[in-house]
Amino acid sequence: MHTAEASHEDSHDNLVIDNKKLLMWVFLGSDCMFFGTLISTHLIYRKLYPESFEPTALFSLELTSFSTFILLMSSFLMALAVSAMHKGELRSFRNNIIGVVFFGLIFLGCQVYEFAHFVHEDLTLSTNTFGSTFYMMTGTHGVHVAIGVFWLVCMYFYSHTGKMDAHESAVDVEVAGLYWHFVDIVWIVIFTVVYLIEFI
Amino acid sequence: MSYTEIQTPKNPSTKDTTSVPQVLTPQSSQIGLMRPDHSKNVVIDWLTTVDHKKIGLMYGAIALFFLLVGGVEALIIRTQLAIPENDLISAQRYNQLFTMHGTTMIFLAIMPLNAAFFNFLVPLQIGARDVAFPRVNSFSLWAFVAGALVINFGWILQALQVMGLFQASGPTAGMNDFVPAMGWFGYAPITGINFTGAGTDFWIMGLQILGIASLSAAMNFVVTIINMRAPGMKMMRMPVFTWMTLVVSLLIVFAFPAITVALGQLMFDRCFGTNFFVVAGGGQPILWQHLFWIFGHPEVYILVLPAMGIVSEVLPVFSKKPLFGYAIVVFSGAVIGFLGFAVWSHHMFTTGLGKVATAAFSLLTMAIAVPTGVKIFNWIGTLWGGRVRFSAPMIFSIGFVWMFMMGGFSGIMHSSAPADAQQQDSYFVIAHFHYVAIGGIFLAVVAGIYFWLPKMIGKMWKGNLSTWVAIFSTAGLNITFFPMHFLGLLGMPRRTHTYLAGFGWESYNLICTIGAYILAFGILLLVVDIVRCFRYGEPAGDDPWDARTLEWATTSPPKVYNFAKTPIIPARDALWEDKYGPKNRKITYEDDHAHGIHMPSQSWMPLIASLGFIPLGLGMSLMQAGVPFMGYFAIFGLVMLSIGVALWALEGPGGYHLNAKENVA
Repeated sequence: MHTAEASHEDSHDNLVIDNKKLLMWVFLGSDCMFFGTLISTHLIYRKLYPESFEPTALFSLELTSFSTFILLMSSFLMALAVSAMHKGELRSFRNNIIGVVFFGLIFLGCQVYEFAHFVHEDLTLSTNTFGSTFYMMTGTHGVHVAIGVFWLVCMYFYSHTGKMDAHESAVDVEVAGLYWHFVDIVWIVIFTVVYLIEFI
Repeated sequence: MSYTEIQTPKNPSTKDTTSVPQVLTPQSSQIGLMRPDHSKNVVIDWLTTVDHKKIGLMYGAIALFFLLVGGVEALIIRTQLAIPENDLISAQRYNQLFTMHGTTMIFLAIMPLNAAFFNFLVPLQIGARDVAFPRVNSFSLWAFVAGALVINFGWILQALQVMGLFQASGPTAGMNDFVPAMGWFGYAPITGINFTGAGTDFWIMGLQILGIASLSAAMNFVVTIINMRAPGMKMMRMPVFTWMTLVVSLLIVFAFPAITVALGQLMFDRCFGTNFFVVAGGGQPILWQHLFWIFGHPEVYILVLPAMGIVSEVLPVFSKKPLFGYAIVVFSGAVIGFLGFAVWSHHMFTTGLGKVATAAFSLLTMAIAVPTGVKIFNWIGTLWGGRVRFSAPMIFSIGFVWMFMMGGFSGIMHSSAPADAQQQDSYFVIAHFHYVAIGGIFLAVVAGIYFWLPKMIGKMWKGNLSTWVAIFSTAGLNITFFPMHFLGLLGMPRRTHTYLAGFGWESYNLICTIGAYILAFGILLLVVDIVRCFRYGEPAGDDPWDARTLEWATTSPPKVYNFAKTPIIPARDALWEDKYGPKNRKITYEDDHAHGIHMPSQSWMPLIASLGFIPLGLGMSLMQAGVPFMGYFAIFGLVMLSIGVALWALEGPGGYHLNAKENVA
């Protein structure tokens, strides 16, 4: 965007935060309301029809715990990638980004498997309100993960053009990192209130 | 994503040292594509501009166009209702007209009119060169245009259908409502696939696109206002209009996701058979009402807070006094925005929320009157003892204070749940929100137009046509909407296609219709006056009103770089202090940079990306109507959007340097 290079001369950042980073924080605030609405819709219908559907028979806590763990670890690698970029260690940055992408793909694979399994067990979008809210909420989260993966893949290839360096690109990586951590946190909420709570 | 160097144009003439900004010769971007050559073609210049002033003017022009469209729709509605059992238009057409009237006025007229002022004024008021993300700003504008086209596309299909050239097949077979016809808040379950046709799909997709446009613009303005202020422009030194822009932007950021999700759920219901609002599948229509109003009530403040900001700028200038209680006016605006999230259920008192919820929402709604009242008293306090000049902006601003108060009073009546149960869905409600929308927002926007048009185009309107605009629009507004209070209390429900004689509604309805034409004449005069100003206006001068805030410190119209040197702000009401204040409160200016002023390059990519919304929106909607291959058309739109965004990221920000020796006023 325009301002990263403009900020050194023309803008007077009254807050000591980069424009792009602030934009991402504002976007994440907006996204909180977005996922908040989706998750509330799910919980409201779940409470309204407690008997209509028994998800514990369908959920595989082992699989979802595994994919949650993978996503958490991808966040760890993302933090390492941001740190590497700050130090200008391009090689380490690339390795960590590959790790994040790989873990993100594993998570998406688990979700695709889970969806296929549920559909096979006759839970579709139109079966009942549980199907509608569950698929839309987790699907939206999956789309967020997929966008993040695509973003990081682009960044990986871009790092080979020689146009990335610690001084200029660290903030770009950090913004991507903010997004990735946020998507991770949202999943922890979904995992808790959609999956775990059913087993209590 | 690399910003190591700014590509300076090869042509040495751009390093010209005259004050006239030299036109940039096209340069290739990081991916080797040519940047738009705006020196050759004025159309290309406006299509690809990233200048917040040009974008603001385009928002304003398009919004005024849709104001007229929505106005014509309203006139047809009023003509239909002039006499009992009128058969000017069919009931279905009537439904389409009131739906599109509401949607157009809110999303395509008032919001972009506000956006026009945000865009033009905020960077000038805070002493910035541009917004934080100029290309995102261009994207917001064109996405708004795309959404407006999608939402209005149904009129074309409706015309084709009347001529016998188009029939819906597929899921909406047999339905002939290609224009949205379920009211601007689209209550479930009438939006379901079994009850309405493609019009609802156009409405869903159009609003979704408009939401994206609003969200990207709002995020841009939050960053701009927080980060791009000139040195010394502390938060509590910002003009009130900029403060209200910040509050409104935060409201958009936090309120729009609810409608985005609700529209997404509705789209899934219609396209993919989910059960969110489908009663047969266990869906709860009330959920739509909650989600809609969680967005919809903050939306009310999204519409009105900029108007309050405009009035807070105009009144001090024409009273020759600082705004009375600046801090409390700002604080009240923030409180209104905050409370706006906690009152949505007052739109739903009659749905049976339960005693506790009804009482709580009733109380919170009454609480909102407090900060609003504080503002009213501060405006009166500003006038009190001032040297008042009754120029057009002042006339409209005082009109705003009075007329908005009328709307506020009937609003307080609604906050009482038992009274609201009587007034719900009656003409009383219509009277209430038209007093707020026309008496409040419209009058304030007209005040803003008369106040800032000389700054925007550098020409001064003249003559006293503006007074006639004020007389006709205020008289028309009151003649139209005051009788509606009585109509509502006499039991006339809103959204009534026609009515029988004998209820005592006839004379009131006729008066309302006459008033509507008077109001329309007033708006017509306004358009004439604006056109006259463009054609025959005399040069306005930099500071025609002896104004107070920073935007008047630069030239009229402002140069592309706004300020030749970045101002250093010593106090609130910076220009006023500079003109009349003590020596230590003069505006000083930062030194020149050796390389001149850095300006952002123009770009095709935001335009390409946002135009992708048109095939995406139309494709998704027409797929529902059973038009073949529309799914592929939608995918084409998505691809266009993605390519636009990808090239946007890869082309690099560019930028060029400009030398301006002439300093500002």
